Parts: sequence; C-alpha cells; structure tokens
Amino acid sequence: MYVRSGLMAAGLGLAVAIAAVPAGAQTTPKRGGTLTYMIPADAPPSFDGHRETTYATVHAGAPFYSVLIRVPPDNPASTTEFVCDLCTEMPRPTDGGKTYTFKIRPDVKFHDGAKLTAQDVATSWNYIVFPPKGVTSARVSYYEMVDKIEAPDDATVIFRLKRATTAFLPALADPFSWIYKKETLEKDPHWYEKNILGSGPFKFAGYEVGQVIKGVRNPDYYHKGLPLLDAIEGIFADKQSVRVEALRGDRAAIEFRGLPPSARDQLVKEAGKDVVVQDSDWNCGNILTPNQKKKPFDDVRVRKALALAIDQWAGAPALSKIANVRTVGGIVFPGSPLAATKEELQQIAGFWPDINKSREEAKRLLKEAGAEGLKFELLNRNVDQPYKYVGTWAVAEWKKIGLNVEQKVVPTGPWFSNMRAGTFDVAMEANCQSVVNPVLDTGKYLPHTVYPENYGGFEDPKSIELYEAMQIETDPAKQRAEMRAYEKHTLDTMVHEIVLPYWYRIVLARSYVKGWKISPSHYLNQDLANVWLDK
Amino acid sequence: MYRYIVTRLLLAIPTLAGAAALVFVLMRLIPGDVCVIRLGSGGAHVDEASLAACRQQLGLDDPMIVQFLHFLWSYATFDFGISMWSGNPVVHEIAIRLPVSLEVAVLATVIAILIAIPLGTISALKENTWLDHFVRVMAIAGIATPSFWLGIMSLVLVLDITYFATGHAWRPPITYVSFWQDPLANLAIVFLPAITVGYRYSAVTMRLTRSAMLEVMREDYIRTARSKGLLEQIIVNRHALKNALLPVVTLIGIEFAFLIGGLVVTEQVFNLNGIGRLLVQAVQNQDNVLAQALVMLVVAVFVVANLVVDVLYAWLDPRIRYS
Amino acid sequence: MTITARTPAPVAGAAADELPDANRSPLRAARQFVRRQPLGTVGLVIVLVMFAAGAMAGWIAPYDPEANDFAAMMEAPSWAHLLGTDQLGRDIFSRLVFGARTALLVGFSSAVVGGVIGLVLGVTSAYFGGWFDLVFQRVLDVLMAFPLIILALAVVSVFGTGVVNVIIAITVPLVPRCGRVVRASALAVREVPYVDAARALGFSHARIVLRHMVPNVVAPFLILLSAFVGQAILAEASLSYLGLGVQEPVPAWGLMLQGGAEEYATTAPWIAVFPGLAIVLTVLGISLFGDALRDAIDPKLRDR
Repeated sequence: MYVRSGLMAAGLGLAVAIAAVPAGAQTTPKRGGTLTYMIPADAPPSFDGHRETTYATVHAGAPFYSVLIRVPPDNPASTTEFVCDLCTEMPRPTDGGKTYTFKIRPDVKFHDGAKLTAQDVATSWNYIVFPPKGVTSARVSYYEMVDKIEAPDDATVIFRLKRATTAFLPALADPFSWIYKKETLEKDPHWYEKNILGSGPFKFAGYEVGQVIKGVRNPDYYHKGLPLLDAIEGIFADKQSVRVEALRGDRAAIEFRGLPPSARDQLVKEAGKDVVVQDSDWNCGNILTPNQKKKPFDDVRVRKALALAIDQWAGAPALSKIANVRTVGGIVFPGSPLAATKEELQQIAGFWPDINKSREEAKRLLKEAGAEGLKFELLNRNVDQPYKYVGTWAVAEWKKIGLNVEQKVVPTGPWFSNMRAGTFDVAMEANCQSVVNPVLDTGKYLPHTVYPENYGGFEDPKSIELYEAMQIETDPAKQRAEMRAYEKHTLDTMVHEIVLPYWYRIVLARSYVKGWKISPSHYLNQDLANVWLDK
Repeated sequence: MYRYIVTRLLLAIPTLAGAAALVFVLMRLIPGDVCVIRLGSGGAHVDEASLAACRQQLGLDDPMIVQFLHFLWSYATFDFGISMWSGNPVVHEIAIRLPVSLEVAVLATVIAILIAIPLGTISALKENTWLDHFVRVMAIAGIATPSFWLGIMSLVLVLDITYFATGHAWRPPITYVSFWQDPLANLAIVFLPAITVGYRYSAVTMRLTRSAMLEVMREDYIRTARSKGLLEQIIVNRHALKNALLPVVTLIGIEFAFLIGGLVVTEQVFNLNGIGRLLVQAVQNQDNVLAQALVMLVVAVFVVANLVVDVLYAWLDPRIRYS
Repeated sequence: MTITARTPAPVAGAAADELPDANRSPLRAARQFVRRQPLGTVGLVIVLVMFAAGAMAGWIAPYDPEANDFAAMMEAPSWAHLLGTDQLGRDIFSRLVFGARTALLVGFSSAVVGGVIGLVLGVTSAYFGGWFDLVFQRVLDVLMAFPLIILALAVVSVFGTGVVNVIIAITVPLVPRCGRVVRASALAVREVPYVDAARALGFSHARIVLRHMVPNVVAPFLILLSAFVGQAILAEASLSYLGLGVQEPVPAWGLMLQGGAEEYATTAPWIAVFPGLAIVLTVLGISLFGDALRDAIDPKLRDR
C-alpha cells in the first residue's frame, strides 16, 4: 500500500456498518463530542459543490451531503475500489459496459424530512453532466462519455454511456457531486450556493462568513449507527501558522488538507504522543511546461536539456524536509497500478540515475541547439507550498548547466491567464485531481486541440494516437504497456512536460481523533461520519 | 464656515471619481478574472462553456465603458453591488469585517496617544539629555521597523515568554468574538495587533509632539510666563502643551485615516478577519466589485478625516481662516 | 502598511534660501556635524557600512547567495555559517550582504525618482496655480488615499516581479507626498519680488521654475528624500511579505522574511530575526542621519 501511516497503527480507521471491520482495529468507537477542525482557506465562494472546485467548499460542505458512490471510507487510499453511499450495491455494467443501473436506498431522508428518491439523484446528476443555461457545472468534461441519465422509477437511476470506459466509475465517485433536492434545483438552481440542505451525516447548524461552520448529528442518518460525533465545527484559517498553533494548543483537533513538513516536525517534537501524523502521496504534482510556440522551446533538444538538468532523485528527499513533495514519479500517480516502476522511470529523460551523465548530456544538447547560457523566465504562482519551493529549486538546478532563469511569481489570476494566453517561456503548473483516475488524469498531457488546459502550445497526432489506444484498452496488463508508451513519448521523446516530484500530504491531528483515514486527495473522504473522539 | 465645508465636500467628488476610475482600470489591467480563478483554482480541468456562462452572469463580457458607467451610476444611487466571489451584497461583506478593523485602529490610536504625548513632552523638556536621545531613538526605531516583522516577532516572544513562565504557551483565540460578547477574549485578540500598529503610530506622534513642544517653549508668551515666575509645571500644562497639541491633533486624525487602509499587512500577520484582509482577498480573487467598494471606502474615510481635521484645526485655532 | 506614513508639510516660508555653514571648509563642517549630531553620525556610519557591504558583496560574502546546499538546511548560526542557513541551505549572512544591494537600490532609486517627479510637479503646480493647481491637487488626493496593494498588484501582474517593477510600484505613492510638501513651500516663494521680476522680464516658464523656484524648495525636498529612502525600503519589505516584491532566488531582505520567516519563527528563529534586524538597522540609520541633516540645514524644521 502506498499510504504510510506515520505514527498511527494501520487499524486506526474504524469502518462501522459499512464494510468489514479491519483486522487491526481493537478499540470500540466512542460516541459523542464535538470535532473542531481547521479549514485552510478563507470563506469558500459558495456552498454549491457542483459549481465550485475548491477544497474549502468540500471541507465545509461534505458532512451535510450524500453522494451516489464514493471511495471506501475505511480504505480511501484505494485507487481502484468504489462503494455505495446512496445506492444499495455497486452495479455490474450491462450492454457491453455501456449501461450502469443503480438501485437507490429507500430509507434516506433530507434534513427537512422529505424522502430522497432516485428522482433527486438523477436530477442532481443531470445538472452536473448537462447543466441547463445559466447553471455552472465545474466538471462537465469529466463526463463526456455519458449519454443519458434517467430515473425510470423512484428507486432506480440508469447511466447510459456513449462507449465503455474504465474512466467512468472513478469519475462518478467525484466528491463534489452532492445530491440535491429535485424540487429545489428546478425552482432555483442557485439556491444551493448560499443554503445547505442535504441528507448527509450532519445537519447544518450555522455559518459565520470566513470564520466558522457548524453542524450537528443527523439522527435519521441511513448508515445505521453513524455518525459518531454529536457535532462538528470547521474553523476557517487561511494562515498556516494559525492552524499549526491551533493544533499545538489543542484549540482544534485536526486539519484535513495537509501541512508542510516543518509543522509536522515541530508538533511531533513538542506535543509528542498527543499528536499523530498520517501521510500519503498526493494525487497532485507540479509540472513544468515549456512554451513550444516560443523559441528556442520549439526545439526538443532544449526541452530535453531542461529535463536532464534537474536532479529529481537527490532533490525530492531534500525538498521533502521543507516542502509538501516527496515521491518521484511519471505521468501516473505513483500509487496506481498503471504507474511506472523506478526502473521504468530511470529510462526517461530527467530521471536518469547518474546526474553527472545527465547534465553532460544536457549541456551537449544545449550546445547542439545553440542555446548555451539561455536566459528565460519561469512563470510561477504566488503560493508558497510547494510552488515557490519547487520553483526556486528548479531555477538553481538549471543554473548548474549554465542557464540563467528568473522566476516570475504572480497571483493565481494572472498565472492562469498568462498560461492560457501562451505569454510565458516555461510555466510551473499544477495537475491536481481528486479520485485517482489515471486514464482521465493523464489527458492533461495531450495537445490543446484535444485538451484545452494543456498550455504547451504544440500539435502532436502521435501523442493523441497513443493516448486513444491506452484509453480504450480494457485489459489491465495491455493498458499498462500502452500507458508506458504514452509516457515515454510525452516525457522523453518529445519532452512536452517535465513532471516534478509528486506532492506529499501530511495530516496532523490530536491523538484522540480516531476513525479518519488519509487518502491521496484532500477532496476525498470528508463526510466525517466515521470520525470519533477517544477522550 | 458652512460655505467652507460645502466647498470641501464638493471638491471631494472629483477625488472620489478619480479614485473610482483608477481602481476600475487597475483591477481590469490585472490579467485573468474571477471566473477563471473560481473554476480553475482547484487545479482541475476548466470547461470553456462554464467559463463563458460565468462571465456572462457577472457581466464581465460587457464592454468596459458599459461596466464603468454602471459602476458610477450604481454608486450614485448608493447601490454598492454584489460580491462576484461570494454572491453576497458588498455592504454585508464589509459590515462583517469592519468592527475588527475599527477596533484595532481605535485601540492603536489610544495606545499611541497614551505613549506619545507624555514621552514627547518629556523629551522636549529634557532636550539633548540622554533621556531625550533614548526617546528619540525609540521613536525612530518604531518608524524603522516593518510592522509585519514586529508582529511575527511579538507573537513568538509572547508565546515563548508565557511558555517559560507558566509552562504552557499563551495564544490568542482563533475565532473572533465581539467585545460585547466576551470583552476579555476580544481584547486578547486585538491587543497584540493594536500594540504593533500603535508603536509605529506613537513613534510618528511622539516626534511631532516633541518638536511642537520645543517650538512653543521658545514662544514669547512662555518666556513672559516664566519671567512672571510661574511654576514650570503650570507653564507646561496650561500654556505650552495646549498649544503644542494643535498639530498633533491634525496628525492623529490623518494617521487614523491611513490606518484604516493600512491594516492590510497587520491583519494578514494576525489572521484578523478585517477589511484589510478582505481587500487582499478581493484583489487576489479578482472580485472587482468588492475591491472597488473597499477602495472607495478607504478613499472616502481619508477625504472625510482630512476635512474633519481641517475644520477642527480651524475651530481650535482662531488665527486660521478658511480660504 | 508602512508606506502610508506621511510627512506633514513644513511651515511655509521656512525654505532655506541661505544654507548655513555654506562658506566654511568641508572638514570643519563635518567635524561640527559629528560634535553637534552624535545620533546623526551613528546613522551615517550605519548607512556607509550598508553601502560598503552592498558594493563589496562579492568579496565579503563567503558563499554564493543563490546556491542551495541540501546538506546544510536550516543550520543554526555557527563559524561555518555566521548567521545560519535558510530552508534551502543558503548562507543567510551572504544573502544579507547581497541583499543590501537590492535594498539600497530599491530605496534610493524609488526615493529619487519619486522625489524628483514630485518636485517638478509640485513646483509647476504652485507656479501656474489656478485650474492646473486645482486638478493637480485632486490627483494628489487620489494617489495619496489609494491603497498601495492594488497599485502594486497591477504593476506586478502586468509587468512581472522584477526589481524595476517593484521600484515603479513603490515610487508612485511617493510622488504625491513629495508634491504636496513642495507645492506648499513653492507657493510661498511664488509671489516674492524676484520671481515677479523674472516673469516681467519675459523669461520662459521652464526657466523661471527651474532657475528660481526649484532652488528655493531644495531644503524641504532633501529632508523628504531621506525619509523616502527608509519608507521605500519598508514598502519593499511589505510588498515582499504579500508576495508582490522581488522574487526568489534574488537575495532581498523583504523576501527573506516571506514564507519561511513565519513558518520557522519558533523552530529556526535566525531565518526571520536577521533580515528583520538588517531592515530596522538600515532604516534607523537613514532616519537618524536624515534628522541630523535636517537640523543642520534648517533648525526651524526640526522633527517635522
């Protein structure tokens, strides 16, 4: 397993009444108490999960809502397993993998007492996949394979796909896809932006803008015996030192997104056994995108030199002491069966085991391309962790092959628009996904004609061909081989992108917080139904 | 007098309009918009159609001139708009944050006055002694210290000292409580920021108090009083200080106006949910409507404070006439 | 934000049209300055030391200020690293020494550019008066009350975060402050006989402004300038704190206080303490010297 539970025993998470209790779990969960947790953000723009993309919305809102399917709360680190929340069992696809029929639980009630039916599920999903005019849905593109969603009766929802694909179920487990009430959505699709009314483990109990959000136990929750807590209180604090101080002084019990290594070291040193650490590779990473519309980055030799100059194997462990990064990887999340092994990676430019040889080759390529001592700008985002750390590291690495790079750090808005407009030399991007879904996630490396959020400005039919072959393959072994070919082409042959070490998620909690397990994404597993307090 | 006030108020209109134009242009010079940030900041795929819908809904695709006229017209009718980020009325967003900022500003002013006027006076009376030098260096150090650094250092210092003294470190509460709810918790939150801001503020005020005192003490009427054999204490309290305080009052008023707009960094350091931080958020989220409203508020406070100070000054000192 | 400090207008008419001590030997003047202004002398020494550090950074600094050393991350001060190392293993002393360059460059160029523009505009406005003056005053009001962060963000977003762009962002708010003070001083000399005479003789506006009015406002101008240098250094630090200043890996004091300073303030305090002290010391030195200079030039302007 790729999840390392720092100081915690593997059996910490207790999955009551949902799945088999893991063997390692000895303690019986206690009921009651209020969980105070930190949300590392200012006020979220709205509470409508369908339209927002920030974790601030998920961390604040997920406890109040139900979803159709999700990653297993007792094993959220799994990249291949999905379980029902509102459905009764995970369906087997019919019609050659093109039809998924879900049976909806009959015992679910919204917090206002109304019964939740398949109509609500189907309508919510229709608003997500086919948003009517005037409605914003942030993840339409995840569901381009979906042809139709219907509810023939109050207990059945059918998803009909255009074609069979392994990307569908992971996409369906998206943690933002909360189930709203049909009647309310149809009356005012913007209602959920400012109001909260779901069917989840907690009932909304109050919100002070940019300060705190409160919830109380939902006594009618359909997963019997849950939730274990009486109440939850999420405190918004964008500032890291405030969050660390809150944990240190036991003003808050946990922060779910992830804190940098400095905070971990400090808290573990000072609070000792009172603080526990859970950590995991993160399904997010920084990538460097050379702008191929600009000279000399249209020259593959220059791009390759940029990749070869960076000593990932030495840099990653050092950076992991100060920044939220750790594992060296290719285009696929290191925890997935589709990911490259270390040996496979070492065949690719930028991952060679011998850095001296690698840098010699880089210098040779630069000389050959007539780009020795090249001077350019690295466009970066004004975010410390880990963007600026990684950027400063890359600049210093490039200096070692004689490149003169200035870092241009700008706030999020200008960062995006410079990339979108193609007004940069090399950009520090982030590729951050929720459910680990390599087939969809690696779409990021396709030319912008296919994937508009690729900012490299290149055309490459070969790349599309390799991706398509990989995408439609349903045999795991063959698909893995196809993925290798696509990866080698993207990172080594053409060097469209340089993938830097994957982010590393470090979640700190007071040791009395039990029942929550880390996953590779800060978006996942946030309904808090299983969390309990051992005090 | 009324004529003077009315003229000054009329002159404020072009200032406000100028500020409006400037903030409008600057916000739109920054590449990107609130829709891109909102739909893309998660790092995931951004859908072009959603983007277009979002822009249309917020009026971002209207021609610039239409947006600007709309902005001016709505302000003329006291409609300050809806935040593009949260969808709440701007007035509401500001009203939530204003009390914290005002509290810090007022407390900082009180601290500044309490420190500055006695020390400034003593410094002037003991001109060129070691005491005077010490006070002056402390004052200049206050002006020379970056307020955010002072804030960070004072937080760490308080933490360490309380830890050393009592065994566990003292930390300010993490969520804001109003003074009326819990005065002690409230003061625990605003005290450190107020001292940090107040130190710099007092430094500026102290320097002015000292020089004003020095000037007044050389005036003829003080010399006359002295020659009449009046007690030094009476001279200082009755005559000198009263006159020396005139320019000090001016400075306090104007600095207060600056303070409101200048809390940006302090609120960031102390994680206060005030209007300074709201401004940073608004600008970073490219929430044009909210940023415009906040800038207009800061400029308006500045204009009004200047006016009040001038009127007060003239009222206190009959030698000054309105022109 | 520290940039918002405003220098109140000096008493109009106090412009020094006769510089005292002007006809004495420089050596005697210097000796007298040291004797009468002990604090100012200390300030001058600090400023000179900082200048020397910046100028000779290459010789003084024991390490490359931009070179990472993963074997020596966050080391406490020792003989190998006098002031310790930062998160990336860079020598803090070397970064401080090179940072003096950035600080003085930003401080002096912002002050001089902002001051000179303010001077020209202020004098011109006072000279022409009327509508021009009225409009000019309103423009100054707007710039003065305007929050620096929006201005800085716009400049940085459009042009990027190079040193030059940071200087531009810091300079703009200095212009109105200088403009106001200079205008007030210039108004006082506008009506004096020789300016009238020059006008009657038909001299060009430019000549009258530059030859007759500017020299008369030089004293308050110089005093402002010394205050501006300190303010500009502080403004740069504030902008860096908000992430809008000079960027990594360039060694700059404000930048050194950003990010790591707070994150490691309790565990590796040297990362935050020394750059902060460097800023305080430098601005203190400049201010002490500025105060003394003002007293020497014109005792009437003392502590304004």
